Amino acid sequence: MMRFLLLFSRQGKLRLQKWFTPMSEREKKKIIRDMTTMVLARQPRSCNFLHWKDLKVIYKRYASLYFCLAIENQENELIALEVIHRYVELLDKYFGNVCELDIIFNFEKAYFILDEFLIGGEIQETSKQMVNRSIEASDMLQETMEEYMSKPAF
Amino acid sequence: MHTHTAMSPSVPLQEMIRAIRSARTQCEERGVIQRECAAIRAQFRQADNGGRSHNLAKLLYVHMLGYPAHFGQMECVRMIASPRYSEKRVGYLGAMMLLDEKQDASLLITNSIKNDLSHSNQYVQSLALCTLACMGSAEMCRDLAPEIDRLLRASNSYIKKKAALCAVHIVRKVHELGELFVPAARSLLSEKNHGVLHGAVVLIIELCEQNPETLERFRKTVPDLVQIMKGLVLSGYSPEHDVAGISDPFLQVRILRLLRILGRNNEGASDSMNDLLAQVATNTDSTKTVGNAVLYETVLTVLDIKSESGLRVLAVNILGRFLLNNDRNIRYIAMTSLQKIVGTDHNAVQRHRGTIVDCLKDQDASVKRRALELSLALVSASNIRSMMKELLLFLSSCPPELRAHAASGIFNAAERYAPSQRWHIDTMLHVLITAGGDVRDETVPNLIQLITNASELHCYTVHKLYRALLLDISQQSLVQVACWCIGEYGDLLLKGDCQETEPVQVTEDDALDALETVLQSHMSSPATRGFALTATMKLSTRITDNVDRIRSIVSIYGSCIDVELQQRAVEYNALFRKYDHMRAAVLERMPVIEKNSPGHTNGESTGEAVKDVPTAKMKQGEPLLLQQPANQVCDLLDLLGGSEETLQPGPAVDCLVSGLSVHAAGTAGGDLLDLLGGFEPAELSPAPQVLAYDKGGVTLTLSCEKQSDTGLTVTLTASNSSDSDLSSFTLQAAVPKSVQLHMKAPSGDSLPARGTAKVTQMVVLNNPNKVNLKMRVRVSYTRQGSPFQDTVQIDSFPGLDAAGQ
Repeated sequence: MMRFLLLFSRQGKLRLQKWFTPMSEREKKKIIRDMTTMVLARQPRSCNFLHWKDLKVIYKRYASLYFCLAIENQENELIALEVIHRYVELLDKYFGNVCELDIIFNFEKAYFILDEFLIGGEIQETSKQMVNRSIEASDMLQETMEEYMSKPAF
Repeated sequence: MHTHTAMSPSVPLQEMIRAIRSARTQCEERGVIQRECAAIRAQFRQADNGGRSHNLAKLLYVHMLGYPAHFGQMECVRMIASPRYSEKRVGYLGAMMLLDEKQDASLLITNSIKNDLSHSNQYVQSLALCTLACMGSAEMCRDLAPEIDRLLRASNSYIKKKAALCAVHIVRKVHELGELFVPAARSLLSEKNHGVLHGAVVLIIELCEQNPETLERFRKTVPDLVQIMKGLVLSGYSPEHDVAGISDPFLQVRILRLLRILGRNNEGASDSMNDLLAQVATNTDSTKTVGNAVLYETVLTVLDIKSESGLRVLAVNILGRFLLNNDRNIRYIAMTSLQKIVGTDHNAVQRHRGTIVDCLKDQDASVKRRALELSLALVSASNIRSMMKELLLFLSSCPPELRAHAASGIFNAAERYAPSQRWHIDTMLHVLITAGGDVRDETVPNLIQLITNASELHCYTVHKLYRALLLDISQQSLVQVACWCIGEYGDLLLKGDCQETEPVQVTEDDALDALETVLQSHMSSPATRGFALTATMKLSTRITDNVDRIRSIVSIYGSCIDVELQQRAVEYNALFRKYDHMRAAVLERMPVIEKNSPGHTNGESTGEAVKDVPTAKMKQGEPLLLQQPANQVCDLLDLLGGSEETLQPGPAVDCLVSGLSVHAAGTAGGDLLDLLGGFEPAELSPAPQVLAYDKGGVTLTLSCEKQSDTGLTVTLTASNSSDSDLSSFTLQAAVPKSVQLHMKAPSGDSLPARGTAKVTQMVVLNNPNKVNLKMRVRVSYTRQGSPFQDTVQIDSFPGLDAAGQ
């Protein structure tokens, strides 16, 4: 299974964090520090795989964002690269030529998309189109202001 | 930008984000955030104003920047319970970000999740499923497992696929619940929807890994899995799932993983998937990464199950092809895979040795590291020479973090497969010259031990090391070995002629210059300087002209600040002055050092011995000066046993044994005493008498008289207080090796009862080395026809001080 997914900028600013196992805030902060340090220190043409503790870390840079995915040791690194790529494609389809700013200003959408693609550290849907359709349908459910105010609060 | 509904909940959020980003300093940013949080808190308390989901979203953003957001936890709980989808959505997101199973508030959402799992709207169900699979505690899992099982069986694909992964989470958290999901998991395999299939395969993998019995049951699914895979591999283009010409690579990889688990250790299952694996291995397009991902998983499966040998070779060949791939990710995983099988499929991997060795020159540090490990694993007796060339080349240019590993790997390989001693020494020297700073401590004594064993190569070795020393004295391990050799084999160095290398004239001054340079250099560590000093000292017996120079060096270091060096210098000084007669013996050539244990290290004992080796030489030449008492006892025992004859009174013993024979036959330098008739012993000097032995009525006393600086006369007096006469009474004596002993003839050989007469015997000792004096005496006699023997050790002699002086 996947253990966590981090997105951060070239300056090390965190843009998204998804944790697939329970971890304390302190642990999370430490991991974020370790990952950003390790990944940002890599040479441009190095291979995309790192070892960290008992995990394999797969990272890839897309424009100004680093995608950093940690998987367990028995997992397939090459398919993990494909997982990262698939997520980028999904974001790209949704936002139209996605850039870092899109993810900054619409971070909650980035999470919603992720949650239609992965669950509990595993892939839930292998079809790009299916994921896109689900997101669009969910977005349609977001109420208009009138609908919103007409529904009672809990 | 994607257009949203009129609600567009992001606007207030986006304003805040803009405000935060425009802050120019950390301090300013903190100020903005504090204000925003205060506003958010206030809004949480207020009545419903249509902005609740925005507020929570803002808080989540602030949380991602690293600021505390725990005061939003209860708001998450409230939002999840809301009937408004926008609020639920953000509420659940907040729960996943802010709540984990450790927080009390997480329990509060259990009920909401339960309700939402049966909501009429599948997107609401989806939120609940996702959240449960993300942060559901064991308790929540137990509570909701039956509901998940229900959803696994009777819902649409959208829900089923999520429920499957929810079940995976539940099973990971609460293993016993696995049994509950087995039937549903089995039936899901007949679904057509890829998302559901994928979830089903993941669930089955989890169930099998947790429970071997379950694994047995699921083996029956192998034919079904093979069918599904065949469908994916051979089917035409499927737009839904195509990735660069591969149909649903994610699902393929997952199925291959499940097949691996089911085929492991099972011939039958492995057989039934053999053809499929061969098909996938041959048909998958390897021009893109995604194809290689599938091939990689296939290879891993083939190598892990009981595949037939043809298939295994195919798999290893795929890895071999990967090694030549331009993509360094592919090269990297090829090597990690080859590393895993280099033990079991050694020959197959050997075929790709050339490519692997080439990867030593790769730019990428990870690839280099892998190549090093693999190369070391592939070294064998047949390829040692060529491999070592490559490894040494690698060592000279390898990244610093790999040097220690490379050096120790090279040593191991050299140790195991060295084709000749000279090659071995050359290789170790090469490593020391290239990477001397990165080798382990045991390397120095190991190399020294190796050198001493190669006696024909001493001349060659010392010349080579001398030359290396002239070039560079910064590598401590190399310098230490070089100093040791120059000290030990200095005579060979100065002789000049050596068959193996070009002759070069090294004068005594040259050699001493080299050692002195090491002594004085700031680059030399204290241990190294110790080596140099001892080597200098050793040369004093191997050179002829420049002994005075050595004397002055040694005396200078007698006042060195370094205590270790000072002590050595003082001891060596003493060796020049007071103990000059012993110097040659002390500094003579060391014997061949024995190996303590197999393998390339000699264990901790020689680890310490790095420093002790020079001082041990002091001990070597004088076996008893500082020797263990046990050795001495052994010596004495041996002497009496009769095999090692350093016992002086050979002829005298004979005389004693025979008892009555006349010793005119030549006891060297002994007084001739008439044995017959119970001669009275010679006048005892008025030295104190000591009782050395008292048993069975027989007593033996001794007294000593110093004759000279090293000479000593011991008089033994025996007496018999028992009621029976003793006859054939003899004494034999043995002393430490360096002590000379001469037993004079005894006064008699019969001890009459009740002490009426005594027997005395004089023993003349010479102790030139001034060793600790000990004497072992064997008493033998006959009592009423039966022979009797006993031994006593005498450690102290009256009239002498503790050192036997």
